[in-house]
Amino acid sequence: MAEEVTGSSPPAKSQGRRRGDGIFRSMTTGSSLAIVVSIGLIGLFLLIQAVPSLNANNINFFTSPEWSTGDVGNLRFGIRDLLVVTVLSSLLALAIAMPVAMGIALFLTHYLQPKFARPFAYIIDLLAAVPSIVFGLWGAKVLGPSLEPIATFLNKNLAWIPLFSDGNVSLSGGGNIFTAGIVLSIMILPIITAVSREVFRQTPVMQIEGALALGATRWEMIRTTVLPFGRSGYIAGSMLGLGRALGETVAVLIILRSATSSSTFSFFDGGYTFASKIASAAPEFSEPLSTGAYIAAGLVLFLFTFAVNALARYVAGRGKAKAS
Amino acid sequence: MTATLTDPNRPAQTPAFQKISPGRQFKNYLAMSLMGLAFLVAVIPLVWLLFTVISKGYSALLSGDWWGKSLKGVLPEQFAGGVYHALYGSIVQALVCAVIAVPIGILAAVYLVEYGNNGRFARITTFMVDILSGVPSIVAALFVFALWVTTFGFETSAFAVSLALVLLMLPVVVRSTEEMLRLVPDELREASYALGVPKWKTIVKIVLPTALSGIVTGVMLSIARVMGETAPVLVLVGYSRSINFDIFSGNMASLPLLIYNELLNPEEAGQLRVWGAALTLILLIMFFNLVATVISRFSAIKTK
Repeated sequence: MAEEVTGSSPPAKSQGRRRGDGIFRSMTTGSSLAIVVSIGLIGLFLLIQAVPSLNANNINFFTSPEWSTGDVGNLRFGIRDLLVVTVLSSLLALAIAMPVAMGIALFLTHYLQPKFARPFAYIIDLLAAVPSIVFGLWGAKVLGPSLEPIATFLNKNLAWIPLFSDGNVSLSGGGNIFTAGIVLSIMILPIITAVSREVFRQTPVMQIEGALALGATRWEMIRTTVLPFGRSGYIAGSMLGLGRALGETVAVLIILRSATSSSTFSFFDGGYTFASKIASAAPEFSEPLSTGAYIAAGLVLFLFTFAVNALARYVAGRGKAKAS
Repeated sequence: MTATLTDPNRPAQTPAFQKISPGRQFKNYLAMSLMGLAFLVAVIPLVWLLFTVISKGYSALLSGDWWGKSLKGVLPEQFAGGVYHALYGSIVQALVCAVIAVPIGILAAVYLVEYGNNGRFARITTFMVDILSGVPSIVAALFVFALWVTTFGFETSAFAVSLALVLLMLPVVVRSTEEMLRLVPDELREASYALGVPKWKTIVKIVLPTALSGIVTGVMLSIARVMGETAPVLVLVGYSRSINFDIFSGNMASLPLLIYNELLNPEEAGQLRVWGAALTLILLIMFFNLVATVISRFSAIKTK
């Protein structure tokens, strides 16, 4: 890395402290501090405003699938279903996006000639430029209906697997976790690809050439050098993608159909994720206690993504330490 | 024959290299085709999505009113009006956000590169920037709601949206600026110090201008990113069908919000507006991306 760039120090100190330096230094430190503090404030404010509602809650917050916040005197809200829908859709997205992203990253770094790799990578990056509401629109109006036959087929033939059993919404129109997961997988593909591409590219040339010189085919070379070298970066990138999928709001909100009964742990369920539940109720945020229920859900989502992102960083940092 | 066989200097002949066994060859080709396939699998939804949006939305953009009129007084089933009000909202909210986020982001990046020395606080800041970049937009929106509306008692407004967008834009600005500042050659700093220029002046007059084009590129990309955000506008501002210039009060439309609201309109005119607005939003984001690419292409930092 280029950290050494900062190594040189100015002569100013030997001539006594100058006022300009002091002011500028504190401005930059203050800005950094603002960022650090804002993260703390997010957690703090959500917590402060969630606690009164959590205290007024009449059912278990973690294990109940019920969500009714209309009557302030009798708040009943639990996140079980939100958690199930969020985790199911995100994991489905991850399961689809991880292998595809690895394929693309390897294709771009070790198969394509460098002069084509750049425009091809740009095409993948274009996916990241499409706003989530447009993904939602497309998923709900175009992709969902076209996936309906596939969903019906899976439901009919693989119903013995709980994930493919009958859900709590009808299959027609595709307003289920299956569609949402596929759209989410497309949305997180660019970030996983971008991170993996970076680490795959940094594979030591000596190792690559060594493998090829020993007679390895290109695939064997990749399996023995590139993949072990890039594994932690690839996992870290996938975790970042997972973080995105967990917090994605409006695409899921548009795609998923609301369900009357509680979740059945199936891909063909409808319902809400944390994020889409909050967004769906946003126009009615007036009563502090019922708003607090949604803020509690937001707090859980925040802690969830915090953990996933911190883990991603940890994995990436460990991989970097091993490589150097 | 025998002479050539015993000659120790003879070059290796074909039997010296063994052919790759069919099994290994097959695996090699299989892996290659799977990777090419993975790329195609990713391109299909992109093309499909863009094709859908363009084919369903382009006719809306061709009407004369689209860019210059709002939807004030337009009936749900009426093919009239435009997205002028939403375009204004999208751009103004992103710009107000940039005005707040860019200085903080650049200063924080300057701290990380020039003052932090990879010390404890610098590492904490880098970690928090990473965490901030992973904060879901709906959480940022909820936080601003809890702070701005519930605690301070202000009404929901476009400015509150901008505040939420600041949280989403900051990490992008910090990251890209940091990367650019690290590319500035140390010789430039040393030359400036050698002339007795104080550190802050070196940074402001030498380091930042050298990295300027890269920083501007990062800012453009971050503006493009926040323009597509829908969650903050859903939570923090109401939808309006007419233009509102005041960012501190009243409802204000933006392109994502217009799409979300017109989705509820089952009429054909409403659907056309939805796809038209989606296409407009994509074009707007592409525009900022394109500006970023052009700036970075024509003025990259000369590292050597």
